[in-house]
Amino acid sequence: MPRPGFVLDVDRSTPPMLFWHGERFSLERLPADRSRVIYPAEPLPGLADPDAAIRQALLQPLDMEPLPSLLHAGMRLTICFDDASLSLPKMRRPDSRQRIIEAVLDMAAEAGVDDVHIIAALGLHRRMHDYELRHVLGDRIFDAFHPSGALYQHDAEDHANLVVLGETDHGEVLEINRRVAESDLVVYANVNQVAMDGGWKSLVTGVASYRCLSHHHNPESLQNTRSLMDRHHSALHHSIWRMGAVLRDSGPKVFQIESTINNDAFPSPFDFLSKREWEWTGRDRATFLATSKALDRTPRRLARRIFHSIEAPYAMTSVQAGFTETVHERTLEHVHAQHIVPVEGQTDILTMGIPFISPYNPESIMNPVLVMCMGLGYLFNMYRGRPLVREGGVVIMTHPTTKEFHPVHHPSYIDFFDEVLADTTDPAEMSQRWERKYAEDEWYRHLYRTGNAYHGVHPFYAWYWGAHGQQWAGRVIIVGGDPATVRRLGFTPASTMDDAFELASEVVGRSPTITHLHVPSVLVADVH
Amino acid sequence: MRALSVRRSVPRFGAARLVSSISQRSATRVGPLTFGEIDDPEQPGPGWERIDTTLSGICGSDLALAEGRASAYFEDWVSFPFVPGHEIVGTRGDGRRVVIEPVLGHAARDAVPPSPDSAPGDGDDYRHLVTGPLEPGIQTGFCNSTGGGWAPWFWAHDSQIHEIPDALPDEAAVLVEPLAGGIHAAFSVRDALRRGNLLDRGPLVIGVLGAGTMGLATVAALRAHVPEAEVIVGARYPHQFAIARALGAVEVVRSGDLAAAIRRRTGAHVIGRHLSSGAHCLVDAVGSSESISASVSMTRPRGRVVLLGMPADVSLDLTALWHRETELRGCYTYGTETLDDGSSARTFDLAIALAQTTGAERLVSATYPLERHVDALAHAAEAGRRGAVKIAFDLRRGN
Repeated sequence: MPRPGFVLDVDRSTPPMLFWHGERFSLERLPADRSRVIYPAEPLPGLADPDAAIRQALLQPLDMEPLPSLLHAGMRLTICFDDASLSLPKMRRPDSRQRIIEAVLDMAAEAGVDDVHIIAALGLHRRMHDYELRHVLGDRIFDAFHPSGALYQHDAEDHANLVVLGETDHGEVLEINRRVAESDLVVYANVNQVAMDGGWKSLVTGVASYRCLSHHHNPESLQNTRSLMDRHHSALHHSIWRMGAVLRDSGPKVFQIESTINNDAFPSPFDFLSKREWEWTGRDRATFLATSKALDRTPRRLARRIFHSIEAPYAMTSVQAGFTETVHERTLEHVHAQHIVPVEGQTDILTMGIPFISPYNPESIMNPVLVMCMGLGYLFNMYRGRPLVREGGVVIMTHPTTKEFHPVHHPSYIDFFDEVLADTTDPAEMSQRWERKYAEDEWYRHLYRTGNAYHGVHPFYAWYWGAHGQQWAGRVIIVGGDPATVRRLGFTPASTMDDAFELASEVVGRSPTITHLHVPSVLVADVH
Repeated sequence: MRALSVRRSVPRFGAARLVSSISQRSATRVGPLTFGEIDDPEQPGPGWERIDTTLSGICGSDLALAEGRASAYFEDWVSFPFVPGHEIVGTRGDGRRVVIEPVLGHAARDAVPPSPDSAPGDGDDYRHLVTGPLEPGIQTGFCNSTGGGWAPWFWAHDSQIHEIPDALPDEAAVLVEPLAGGIHAAFSVRDALRRGNLLDRGPLVIGVLGAGTMGLATVAALRAHVPEAEVIVGARYPHQFAIARALGAVEVVRSGDLAAAIRRRTGAHVIGRHLSSGAHCLVDAVGSSESISASVSMTRPRGRVVLLGMPADVSLDLTALWHRETELRGCYTYGTETLDDGSSARTFDLAIALAQTTGAERLVSATYPLERHVDALAHAAEAGRRGAVKIAFDLRRGN
């Protein structure tokens, strides 16, 4: 039986804690008697037969007819799936999406459906490389659909192929992919790694236009999203659910398939990352030391390649299909069963190690803007109820934060860092002054549509993602970051963790309480 | 009088060139520039007046001479030995303060001017630069007959002398000559925009590559004379960033980031190492192989690159220039500028006005007596790294 997540109170016998530091690690000793560490739950057991579970979900869906009864010859069937931003790290083959889509295609073939399109629902993310499509969908699907052009990626800038389905009572325009809108049935194949994903968000963001996304991907929404992992208290999700109602009432029939995965993120030799430090065996310590020393001597580019080549041994813990809202509620139960850790009270200082990867840099570089997004956007938002850190408290991250960008994947991030952050770090101000220019830049459009670049506006969204944390924290400190780059982000650089605690004392006093969010794996603190 | 002078000496030029890559100070010591007693130059003729030097700046072309890097092109256009110094503020015999327009034009050489009211730099035939009563010399500071600003006094022709207002400090006045160069570049830009019917088709984007004295002078001039345009500057040192912004640049970036900044502002695409479009005009205030190539790559097809920085031997792949039909336009000194309404103005008059309105004195970072010329030239050669812009010799009493 896997052990649930829990909170460890640090005392003098507690060993140093593992912190991610980009493509490296550090061990940091936290002050005794006023520090605590929140550990995620151990991985839940996976389904014994995922393919059978998928088939059962398709045949016995929630609040919808079984999938075979929705399929018939001559229909237009469109299958959408989550892009490379999920899972992190990428899961070992076969990916859950491959299993799901193969099952759907088998049923479609049996029903004589031959007009099938498969669309990567990437929203404004970068187009996936062919090898990524092949990894996610498997050889059979890729080889059958890609050469004929029936497997392709959503293009939010292909205005001839976008359709307005309607408007919410808040004036939010739902504009989505024409093929999706004009299909007889849309099947969505989801991998749910965190509670933020899934539900109406899958289609309403994945196959939408910039105009549509800008209704909720904006500073106001994100500052009122408390938190991203709690859709019932998220302005972002409220907007998306309103659009979902429009899609439900005016759009195509949607058959949502959501799957959840456990916390088993790292294979050997990195499996010590998922263990609790005081339970490390001699072998774990030796592996850590050897890995850590080797990484210290490895050029960053090579270390990055090593980490991005990791394939996670994730196991599917559930799969449910049918009506989107019912499916998603069931999904959240499974996600929370793996992630929720009850935590009593807030803290003065929240510490977190920033890893090499975020949803926006698969196979790529964790650039400084993404460091902010990962720290204040994702990790800060890993809560339900109240943030782990008190309002006005200090967030301490560890990451090298070098001014390094992937020129193919993140071209507009480079300009965002040089131009926008030089002007302002305030999300509302940059939204007013700069967002439209980046969103409508023809060069970025070109790179998004024809290359593998994130949309021109994406660095703004990544920044907005941290807007709530940015507004909440009294100071943000990055340990081991390049000082000039850290300052450009509006944060404070520190050379060591002790240095960071000293800097934090100016904000939270000399004896602050400290909470360390242990990453990996994923956890959501249920803060009372 | 005791002055700095340059003598024709192939070994000294060669030694300076060799040593300059290691030590500017050593290059000055072994190079063609010497400090010592020289014969007073004779008055060239009527219309010539003795001017006592107050301040005289050190220009990039002076440094090129001292370091033996000057192009052989100039050998036939100068006369040795000569006293350098062409950025000059001085005083007449009656104490009135003047700046010198150093070009030795038609009037100074008893030649027929191209028009009755032409400036020394006007005309389309340079024969007068090597003929007439003077030894060859393109400017005061490169002519044996006149002397130059790196001496207590020199001869100036009536056509070269501009009185300056009392309110203009000497430190600002010594910048009038480089400002005139910047203004000439700005009018070259304006001319290209006007010919392309672009002036009322904003937003216009002008790039300036390099933020030494000439680059900064150009920024100020563009702000004053091409106000329709947004000026983006590629600079190298922190103080250059601040000054360029203060002079009116809308954006200042590192030189290597200038293409990205122009791309952002113009919405151009990036095709390899070139922009698909680019700045409407670009002023290259560096003058190296790399800067000229970069300037062509950042300027829109059929745009103009104004080559303000003095180049020497450069190596260029001109395919892009050919393909983009880029106009590469030299920009040497100044003369008479044509205004939008068809009237004309002397560049130097415009520069005197600009020196007053821009607070040009902020560009003078340090002054030295002639005796400390080795330190002065070293400071000028390392001006950027040492947080300086313009270094000048100070010949006022007590210096």
